[in-house]
Amino acid sequence: MSLFDLKLKEIQEKLHKKEITVSDLVSESFNRIKAVDSEINAFLTLNEEAAKAQAKELDEKLDGNVSPLFGMPIGIKDNIVTKGLRTTCASQFLDNFTDPLYDATVVERLNSQNTVTIGKLNMDEFAMGSSTENSSYANTRNPWNTDHVPGGSSGGSAAAVAAGEVFFSLGSDTGGSIRQPAAFCGVVGLKPTYGLVSRFGLVAFASSLDQIGPITRSVEDNATLLQSIVGHDPMDSTSANVDVPNYSEGIESGVKGLRIAVPKEYLQEGVDPEVRDAVLTALKVYEDLGATWEEVSLPHSKYAVAAYYLLSSSEASANLARFDGVRYGVRTEKAENMIDMFKLSRSDGFGDEVKRRIMLGTFALSSGYYDAYYKKAQKARTLIKNDFEKVFEDYDVIIGPTTPTPAYKIGEKIDDPLTMYADDILTSPINLAGVPGLSIPCGFSKDGLPIGLQLIGKHFDEKTLYRVAYAYEQATDHHKKKPTLGGDR
Amino acid sequence: MSEISKEQVKHVAHLARLALSDEEVEKMTKQLGDIITYAELLNELDTDNVEPTTHVLELKNVMRKDEPREWIKSEDALKNAPDKKDGQFRVPSILE
Repeated sequence: MSLFDLKLKEIQEKLHKKEITVSDLVSESFNRIKAVDSEINAFLTLNEEAAKAQAKELDEKLDGNVSPLFGMPIGIKDNIVTKGLRTTCASQFLDNFTDPLYDATVVERLNSQNTVTIGKLNMDEFAMGSSTENSSYANTRNPWNTDHVPGGSSGGSAAAVAAGEVFFSLGSDTGGSIRQPAAFCGVVGLKPTYGLVSRFGLVAFASSLDQIGPITRSVEDNATLLQSIVGHDPMDSTSANVDVPNYSEGIESGVKGLRIAVPKEYLQEGVDPEVRDAVLTALKVYEDLGATWEEVSLPHSKYAVAAYYLLSSSEASANLARFDGVRYGVRTEKAENMIDMFKLSRSDGFGDEVKRRIMLGTFALSSGYYDAYYKKAQKARTLIKNDFEKVFEDYDVIIGPTTPTPAYKIGEKIDDPLTMYADDILTSPINLAGVPGLSIPCGFSKDGLPIGLQLIGKHFDEKTLYRVAYAYEQATDHHKKKPTLGGDR
Repeated sequence: MSEISKEQVKHVAHLARLALSDEEVEKMTKQLGDIITYAELLNELDTDNVEPTTHVLELKNVMRKDEPREWIKSEDALKNAPDKKDGQFRVPSILE
């Protein structure tokens, strides 16, 4: 039994009753990491000394503190900047970036809630990938079966939570990078509405699509973690200035009368029969709880992957221009002039997938091709967004699978970029439309790998997603299963 | 079927400030060609009367007053620099 098997509220109660200390919680994290991380490689950098010192300080400050996250061990994806704590984006280009100068807004907000940062989590380099195999350091492995990928790009963030190395974590999602690894690792992951969470201090991949979001074991804890990071930030001009509701309030009020839309395109050919069956079984649970569901169409779904890769790569090609070897990062020794210094530093520092996306984006934005590719994709984006708006005129929530298949084997898809890209078919439309998407566990394949259910909501309607997810979680037991790692044997 | 030539790949690599080996150019020509051919799926769509999405939310220009405030000090900004001199970032020569 791990302390992290408890709910956040239960841990807080134990803390305030002095049954446990923050130091116990932090030790739980590091002990677990020492026992199992060599099997799953979720962490790139540990913050052990500082975290343990902070835990001691917090133990003195406990009395009267009302933070719902007090002393909770958290892992941070390595593309979220942490002051003084190495931040690499899993890229050799930032291998020496050991002393970032400021905290991302989300990290600042967590610090003010007295969470304890345990370390930085592995990912696909610059968040480009769906399996964490594009990390330049190590393959993170799926805690349920270490021959399989954990998903990506937030593979470390999902694996660390599933393996009980941290209580919860932050990831980032540009085309599925929180929801897909959450589904593959059997945990709860939210991609918030675009603009709900500040992107200040998130190393930009595709600025019109990127969002930071929470990964947790339970739905309720996900809502609490989201609550602590949302809200307008003057440092991010795209951060929305909207009223933030209390996401936990009314979370238990059920789904009676809820109108669910199920896009037929999300259960078509290409979706594994086991995944399809798990989704249909989940819909039956919702029926039993008093909701109704109907099949609908999101007719432009099949164009989402093409539009997504053109747009995200175009934005990436501009965003990654900052990695020039002048102000930070690794600079080549080989160059004698400025242009060669840029070119060689970037070519040495970036991995294959990053180069491929920069090339695709530069091509799509280049003179003579802009209208045919970039602008065409922006127009397709409008059609995809309109599909969602139309469905939400008549329905409260859209439900389907998070991924077409459970986690595949390491090495299975890495040599074929297009096959890997096709996997984003069920998650990338959500980013293009800017709406929120939540993945929750909804069963296991016959091989024992988790399957994820995706709940999609209206802009800024995370509250409904949590209520709907909570009802399912309470009615089922999937979330109670835990992976067995070597340290457990 | 969209063909992309090795010359185009080299040109784009220069624009992107990437130095690709001959082997990488070869591989990239094939892979980019495949990806672009796939992306041409979008040509099925009639988008003549469709506005391109510039932002997913109703967002107007966000303005703020242009006022100086405390931020990172220059000595701190230099901390992660690969090369520096006299309080400045140092780079190789730009002119021959």
